[in-house]
Amino acid sequence: MARPPASHRSPHARPLIGTRIRERRLSLGRRQTEVARRAEISAAYLNLIEHNRRPVGEALLTRLAEALEIDATELASDREEALIGALREAAARAGEQPVELDQIAEFAARFPGWAAVLALAVRRADALERRLVALSDRMTRDPYLLTTLHEVQSAVTALRSTATILAETPEIESEWRDRFHANLDSDSQRLSRTAQSLVAYLDSFEDEAVPMSPQEEVEAWIAAGEPDPADAAELASDAARVMARDLLAAQARDRAALPDAALAAAVDEAGETGGDPALIAARLGRPLEPVLRRLGMLRPGPWAQAGLIVCDGSGATPFRHAAPGFELPRPGEGCALWPLFEALAQPQLPVARLIETAGGRRFAAWAVAERLLPMGFDGPVLSRAQMLIRPAGPQDARPALGVGPACRICPRTVCPARHEPSILGPA
Amino acid sequence: MSVDVLLIEDEPSIAEAVRFILTRDGWGCEQWPEGTGALERIRALAPRMLILDLMLPGRSGAEILADLRADPALAALPVLLLSARGTANLPPGADRVLPKPFANADLRAVVRELLEQA
Repeated sequence: MARPPASHRSPHARPLIGTRIRERRLSLGRRQTEVARRAEISAAYLNLIEHNRRPVGEALLTRLAEALEIDATELASDREEALIGALREAAARAGEQPVELDQIAEFAARFPGWAAVLALAVRRADALERRLVALSDRMTRDPYLLTTLHEVQSAVTALRSTATILAETPEIESEWRDRFHANLDSDSQRLSRTAQSLVAYLDSFEDEAVPMSPQEEVEAWIAAGEPDPADAAELASDAARVMARDLLAAQARDRAALPDAALAAAVDEAGETGGDPALIAARLGRPLEPVLRRLGMLRPGPWAQAGLIVCDGSGATPFRHAAPGFELPRPGEGCALWPLFEALAQPQLPVARLIETAGGRRFAAWAVAERLLPMGFDGPVLSRAQMLIRPAGPQDARPALGVGPACRICPRTVCPARHEPSILGPA
Repeated sequence: MSVDVLLIEDEPSIAEAVRFILTRDGWGCEQWPEGTGALERIRALAPRMLILDLMLPGRSGAEILADLRADPALAALPVLLLSARGTANLPPGADRVLPKPFANADLRAVVRELLEQA
């Protein structure tokens, strides 16, 4: 088997440094032999360094920096790392357009100005894309806005018809009059509540941030800390307050059944196996479903960057906590390829997958669904699935399943699960 | 009593007002509050016309209308569609459309017109 290039063999290799050394030497107009002699190495070895085929230790870096009359820290600067990261993002967004990924570092080092321009353009495109998605959500597809406007229309319709009846029918029977007065009272209160929520929602349009539906408001409220149910009154809408109280009550039930200390201790005791939720559940003697939820809420130790998504049988996601780098769509949307929905289709069968976002971020995901009988055997059978995710380590060598946030805002051009064109790319 | 109008509307206050208005005009009016089971109700009552809300729980008014027009026994039934989303992008097949909120006089006129044609 052929050996990999030397620059790939050593974990300490700094491929960028070699290019920077070469650029610096050429900018000074010096020959390799001259710089090599001053750095106490052979010209041939310097040539290998300049072509990123040999690592550069700290002592040698210092000597080379002196020979090139530059600060060693500047020569070894990581400033280009961020630039390269931005270029990789740009490459990931290029879709099927072939990109010379193995030459990104070279490009950044040789053409730092152009690379910076490209990175800036990508960042600006990202910002505009987020704005486009937000505006598109608000104006055309936002289920909260559409539902709220429908509520307003319905309340106004009822009020108008009822008021006209009362105004144009002076001889109306007292029983009917009382009923219509009661309807006016309830519909006017409904209109008042809905208008209040709508105004609060529309006010958020003035912010650059995505406006918040009640669910998003609750998610942000919970993500901001450990809220007390009594503080739910500070939320803007009645709907958000009700959702927050229900959610916190459900979490309190989970916490009572699996206290923080017990979960944290089980994660600690699991040691290196702490990365497998099923082993933690086995150690605790608890079902996997609540363990996934509790790991996603408490996020102890190695689960600090975990995210959690819970969905019901309709696919609606009443609770979502995003893992860093895992983009969540607006409530009501999701990617059909998320292991969450795979689990929902096969209750009690756990699903573990390595998933990769369109931006190239990889996450380990565990999901399992359960059947619920909240009204007993005589009532309907409900479903609930939960998916726990966290950033995947480089050692995770499983084939990655490409997923997105939701079809409408997913840039992937080829996807077996796509059900509508993306607003971010060609239809 | 024969049923002149079957109203499929989930908003109780709107349904009550519409039933009151049409009953005062002398029409026999029944109501069904959801999309689910609406077709069966239509077949059972055999109304002379239908007032159909577009947004309903269960099945939407658009789905009900499509099924109605595909059924030879019901395809000719006059349908007045009530829409809370204006008059754009409406499903085909309705005889008349009234955007919400509507004036009671307009409702009465359209119902009279459709029943006289039925």
